[in-house]
Amino acid sequence: MDIQRCSESAIQVRNLTLKYGTRLIQQDLNFDVDAGDIFVIMGGSGCGKSTLLKHMIGLYKPAEGEILYGGQNFFSSSEAEQQKMRRSWGVTYQSGALFSAMTLAENVALPLQQFSNLSVAEIRDIVSYKLALVGLAGYEDYYPARISGGMQKRAGLARAIAMDPDILFFDEPSAGLDPLSAQRLDELILQLRDSTGATVVIVTHELASIFAIGSNGVFLDAETRTQLDTGSPEQMLNHSRHAKVRSFLARGEMSTTHNTLSGREARS
Amino acid sequence: MQTNNNAHWQLDTSSKPSGQESGAVTVELYGAWLISRAIPKATELDELLTEVGNSCDEAMIHLVPGAGFEWDTGFMSFLLQLHQRAVAFGVKLDPSRLPVQCGQLFQLATAVKPEPPSAPAARSIVSLSEIADLVKSQLHFGGEVTLAFIALLSGRARTRFADCLFFFQQTGPNAIPIITLISVLVGMILAYLGLVQLRQFGAQVYIADLVAIGMTREMGALMTAVILAGRTGAAYAAQLGTMQVNEEVDALVTLGIRPVEYLVLPRILALVAVMPLLTIYSDVLGIAGGALVAVGMDLTFTQFFHHISQTLSFHAILAGCFKSIIFGLLIAMAGCQAGMTCGRSSAAVGEATTRAVVLGIVYLVVADALLNIIYYKLGI
Ligand SMILES: Nc1ncnc2c1ncn2[C@@H]1O[C@H](COP(=O)(O)OP(=O)(O)OP(=O)(O)O)[C@@H](O)[C@H]1O
Ligand SMILES: [Mg+2]
Repeated sequence: MDIQRCSESAIQVRNLTLKYGTRLIQQDLNFDVDAGDIFVIMGGSGCGKSTLLKHMIGLYKPAEGEILYGGQNFFSSSEAEQQKMRRSWGVTYQSGALFSAMTLAENVALPLQQFSNLSVAEIRDIVSYKLALVGLAGYEDYYPARISGGMQKRAGLARAIAMDPDILFFDEPSAGLDPLSAQRLDELILQLRDSTGATVVIVTHELASIFAIGSNGVFLDAETRTQLDTGSPEQMLNHSRHAKVRSFLARGEMSTTHNTLSGREARS
Repeated sequence: MQTNNNAHWQLDTSSKPSGQESGAVTVELYGAWLISRAIPKATELDELLTEVGNSCDEAMIHLVPGAGFEWDTGFMSFLLQLHQRAVAFGVKLDPSRLPVQCGQLFQLATAVKPEPPSAPAARSIVSLSEIADLVKSQLHFGGEVTLAFIALLSGRARTRFADCLFFFQQTGPNAIPIITLISVLVGMILAYLGLVQLRQFGAQVYIADLVAIGMTREMGALMTAVILAGRTGAAYAAQLGTMQVNEEVDALVTLGIRPVEYLVLPRILALVAVMPLLTIYSDVLGIAGGALVAVGMDLTFTQFFHHISQTLSFHAILAGCFKSIIFGLLIAMAGCQAGMTCGRSSAAVGEATTRAVVLGIVYLVVADALLNIIYYKLGI
């Protein structure tokens, strides 16, 4: 399995078109995520990053195109194979998505109870360890409603990494965290990648994170509804053909003026 | 020509000769364009926009502040409306001679292209396609539940026994007080109903038959089902709907756990298991309620219960229990289906709850009618 993972891309996205009903969100997406990559999905707010992620984790079926995991097409696989693939992933949601009727410990323990043969005591120890990793040691018995939004996100992360997944999908993990926690989170993601060899797909706006951890990425555009560029963040910042991508990554500092119909511009 | 400070606009004719050929006109804005005052509608300029727009490709309207010009949000919203209309007519607006902040706000408001409005969902009170969708989704859900149940029987499902127990506790014991009250009252109602009629023939003793058979065959199961449709069916829909809104269901799916096995099956099993028990409890209390009325009127306890022991068959109780199992299944299905197909907003959770109760009650009344016909035909 590992040998295969090194030899080919972990995830291949081919001619993907994303729609909600008839509403087009993105089209003609083509990119590869290599094993061990930290792959950043970038783009302005509302351009369809979360939508792309939800398609990649198999929640929505793409209108067109395919997504291959280790060469296997997810959406044409059998239900049993899909379940198996899903179990090798860890996912966090933009909203946390903790099970509100369960304590944090029960949340993190759920996948372990369902898919491993560990004893209750072993599960408890693993749960404590995972919660400690995300800075939530001692919060085992809290219910999600009783912790802050940032803490919920971190608890969601602990649940996602409970099974040491091969591929991790994060939707804006550091939004709503203070700068120090966000930095710790970046470190954690790098550590996870290095220690378990996981592939990480991450949606984020944080430029600091993008440059600190991103090794590859794709930039989605809301206006043209397609990807503008792929490659590592540095490469995109310095060499992208699109001013929009460069200006996004430079925090708008080289922003081209908007076409706001000012008289002088139009007359000249 | 207005002389007061009311907001109004005027075409600046002095610059017209030079302007008109190049497709540019100047509009002067006078007075207080404030949100608390009357402000002209952007549509008033349609005529001008048409005229200017047709005259040339690169048409342009310069906006110039005139005497006593004041502005606030009211003016800005007028300006944005005007801008959107102007774009439609192929005319450009030039706000550069307006106050600086005004121009900056305008730039901000127009920096991002507006999303084309999505076609509004066609709305009718009840459309056939809606009903077809409903039936389809119910059948689909029924199929999923059946598959999950088969998986459970073959030991492959990820249903937790602890969850079943938890919901059993919630739906069963916790519903006892209200079921007690309703059952006793229904028993009394049946007794009164019969008493008035049967007394005319001096056949009061048959009240016992009426109450016993009425409760066991029909009212026990039906009233319990109605209570649980409102209590448990609605709760299921709200719980699952909220889990949809919080993306908890998505989270389960991506953990590789089928929501139908993990969330729906324990709820259905709990309700199906609890219904016959509650129904028998309701039968007993209903008969007790009937006895109270009968004894208060003409009969003695011994007469009443003696008569019941002669007429009440095991059959009738079983028939009622079988009904209640079907009712339980239907209520749980309606509740869970409404919850699982809930939209992603708090309003959608409310709708799901309503649908759970309404559909649940419709299902159980229809099923009751069908079962009665079947029982009659089979002579049960
Ligand atoms: N369930 C849905 N049904 C219909 N349209 C949706 C749905 N969810 C999102 N959209 C639309 O899809 C577009 C992309 O949404 P998405 O959530 O993917 O954006 P995003 O890039 O993640 O934005 P952000 O950075 O703000 O999280 C938006 O225009 C939104 O209106
Ligand atoms: Mg998003």
